[in-house]
Amino acid sequence: MKKVVVCIGSSCHLKGSRQVVEELQRLISQYDLKEEVELAGTFCMGNCQNGVSVKVNDALFSVSPQTVEEFFMKEILNK
Amino acid sequence: MKKFDTQVQYLKYKVLREVARKAWNDTLYDKLLDIPKIIIPGPEPTTRCCIYKERAIVEERMKLAMGGNPNNPNVIEVINIACDECPVAGYEITDVCRGCLAHRCQDACKKDAIYFDHNQKAHIDKTKCVECGKCSEACPYGAIANFKRPCEKACKVKAISMSETKAAQIDNSKCIACGACVYQCPFGAIMDKSYILNVIDLIKKSQNNEKYKVYAVVAPSISSQFIHAKLGQVISGIKELGFFTVVEAALGADMVAYKESKELTEKGFLTSSCCPAFVMYIKKSFPKLVGHISHNLSPAAEIAKYIKETDPTSKVIFIGPCTAKKAEFLQEEQKKYIDSVLTFEELQALFDSKDLDIYSLSEDVLDNASYYGRIFARSGGLSDAVKQALKEQGLAEFELKPVVCNGIEQCKMALLKVGKVDIGNFIEGMACVGGCIGGAGCLTHGEKNKDEVDKYGMEAYEKTISSAISMIKNINN
Repeated sequence: MKKVVVCIGSSCHLKGSRQVVEELQRLISQYDLKEEVELAGTFCMGNCQNGVSVKVNDALFSVSPQTVEEFFMKEILNK
Repeated sequence: MKKFDTQVQYLKYKVLREVARKAWNDTLYDKLLDIPKIIIPGPEPTTRCCIYKERAIVEERMKLAMGGNPNNPNVIEVINIACDECPVAGYEITDVCRGCLAHRCQDACKKDAIYFDHNQKAHIDKTKCVECGKCSEACPYGAIANFKRPCEKACKVKAISMSETKAAQIDNSKCIACGACVYQCPFGAIMDKSYILNVIDLIKKSQNNEKYKVYAVVAPSISSQFIHAKLGQVISGIKELGFFTVVEAALGADMVAYKESKELTEKGFLTSSCCPAFVMYIKKSFPKLVGHISHNLSPAAEIAKYIKETDPTSKVIFIGPCTAKKAEFLQEEQKKYIDSVLTFEELQALFDSKDLDIYSLSEDVLDNASYYGRIFARSGGLSDAVKQALKEQGLAEFELKPVVCNGIEQCKMALLKVGKVDIGNFIEGMACVGGCIGGAGCLTHGEKNKDEVDKYGMEAYEKTISSAISMIKNINN
């Protein structure tokens, strides 16, 4: 079980965290990973200078609506 | 630079600031007795008969700044010695008295309180008068006027009366903690209890948000406050105080609008749940209508609940314009979600207790909610949001008939009609005139505040309620 936490705080929200969440939701369904990936939200990860903050089992990443698919392939699907 | 509407607010602020300043340094209990002299340095008195009385009143304000009387369940308290000097007004004979022969006023008075001078002009013996008003009704010239006390005039739910010692007293069974009297008393003799020490303690014990995280949930009416600074600077200031992050209560409002509109279509008639003073008013004065109150939490509690789901060890502090929120968070159901409450007045005091110059800070961002969640801060906003939420959920065939009650007097008029005449199907009750922007905990109250809220609403990144809450619906914490 992978826990994926997306920051939905103000700073990440303005950088597109809604689109990131929607895209992850779509990809999780597409690859039928609902049982293996738990998607959660949080209001700040203290990493506001970068892109949308996402944690995968406590490892911190910075993504954007443009890079989310690539990120999903690399860090969620193939790990 | 104008920070407050009145000198009363300024004095209260200075007390809060000094208490907070010492609490941050852990010197409050050593330096407690220095505070009255810091605030009233003397040697000349400025507001009362002598500096000793002024200092004694400051001591009473300090007690309230430190949480008030723990044996009094109400969050609004009278400072008896501050009220003492308030002139006992009530019914007075004015110059209009013509010194007639009939003396109907004397005949109407059951307490034998009316007497006449050598010109046959009437006078009232205030030691006998019980302020019943019969003389005023009887006078054919309308020469007897009622100079009601400002606190009693402010209290539209009639919870304030005069005690035997002639000081104001609050009937807790009627008081809805709206704070109208706190704002209106020209002597500052009524004050809301403050939980600033509680907040400072929560921040300090978090050890820079390492033990647990402290979240600030900020009401959208903040857009009409701190007008000389940018909102982003205020957000930076809140973080400088030691809060981990700041979340919009307006996102909770979006969530509430969504659920409340659904609930309305199921039940067919609702009274709103956002304003804690309005909800308290129904519970205390219209108990038969309690079943109609929306079962939703208030927006602040709704978002606080969500924060606690995402971060179970977190502490959530609501910052808003509202004194009734202080009463709300003490209730069992809300206590689980909201750990403490601050007003904008208290936030200003906290900034200055740390000598934080918010005007020099960089601008942070605050953007979680939609336009509709943000306009909850003004009268009519909630009804607009419910209408929008019905539309977004494909429930627009339900005919929304909102009754927008702006201020507790309009709420009373609407509630009296429920079940008797068809007034509509959704009662939006806001105890303060103007909505939350008229709250007693606001720094300033101005004509333009509504425009500021609407402008802030327009600036929201999310344009619809559904898009603002979609993240919450898409993720299962």
